[in-house]
Amino acid sequence: MEVPILRQGQYLIASIQSALTDADLSHLREALIAQVGRSRCRGVIVDVTALDVMDSFAVRTLRDITHMARLRGAETVIVGIQPDVAFAMVQLGWTLKGVATVLDLEEGLAFLDGRTKERVVESKPKKPSSRG
Amino acid sequence: MGEELRLPIAADVDVVEARQQGRALAAVAGFSSGEQTVIAAAISEIARNILMYAKKGEIILSLVQNGDRQGVSVVAIDQGPGIPDIERAMQYGYSTSHGVGAGLPGAKRLMDEFEVDSVVGRGTTITMAKWRRAI
Repeated sequence: MEVPILRQGQYLIASIQSALTDADLSHLREALIAQVGRSRCRGVIVDVTALDVMDSFAVRTLRDITHMARLRGAETVIVGIQPDVAFAMVQLGWTLKGVATVLDLEEGLAFLDGRTKERVVESKPKKPSSRG
Repeated sequence: MGEELRLPIAADVDVVEARQQGRALAAVAGFSSGEQTVIAAAISEIARNILMYAKKGEIILSLVQNGDRQGVSVVAIDQGPGIPDIERAMQYGYSTSHGVGAGLPGAKRLMDEFEVDSVVGRGTTITMAKWRRAI
């Protein structure tokens, strides 16, 4: 089952539609990282709403996507972790440290907007702020 | 007791099938949807372990009863290389493959009962169970 990757402005959105095999997850990682370069995007959203379980392989793959995309200049945010999935992850002690997670797609877009703005601000020379 | 579901594991789609069947069985046993996900995740780990180390094997799912408690039993059997150092294999973060080293210890954390029986050169049997919390 291939995961469709949509482009929206500066961002890529990978929307998982069903349970994925390990091979599907690896393929998603390769496709996303390649496309980050090809489309010069600044942010990646992985929507895991339809993912049935978050086991060790899925967690590892999401972490790898985040770190690899960051090395390629794009921020990643995971959206749509379901309550049951969160319950199992916490029992495993998996908090996805270093990986941004927000509630849903809307929040994900807002998160990336904030992040990419920060990057632009960071790269500009500092000048005294007029706001308190 | 009850019938058992025997699922061959020989490809990564079988891992998905096994955890989905396990979730369905956990639902029949009356587990909450959160616990169904926990059981599915544990099955995913041990089924993947079969694929990674033994290439093929079998997962056997069944409903179990202990007094008035209901549960789900999961047995994973393979005739693979066996686990030379079980104690080490059960350490969180230890892996001889490319995993995160959370497969077996992860499954153990998620289930109530967990037992590994392995003979080098002969194969591995993992038996695990989860019981419904008393109401």
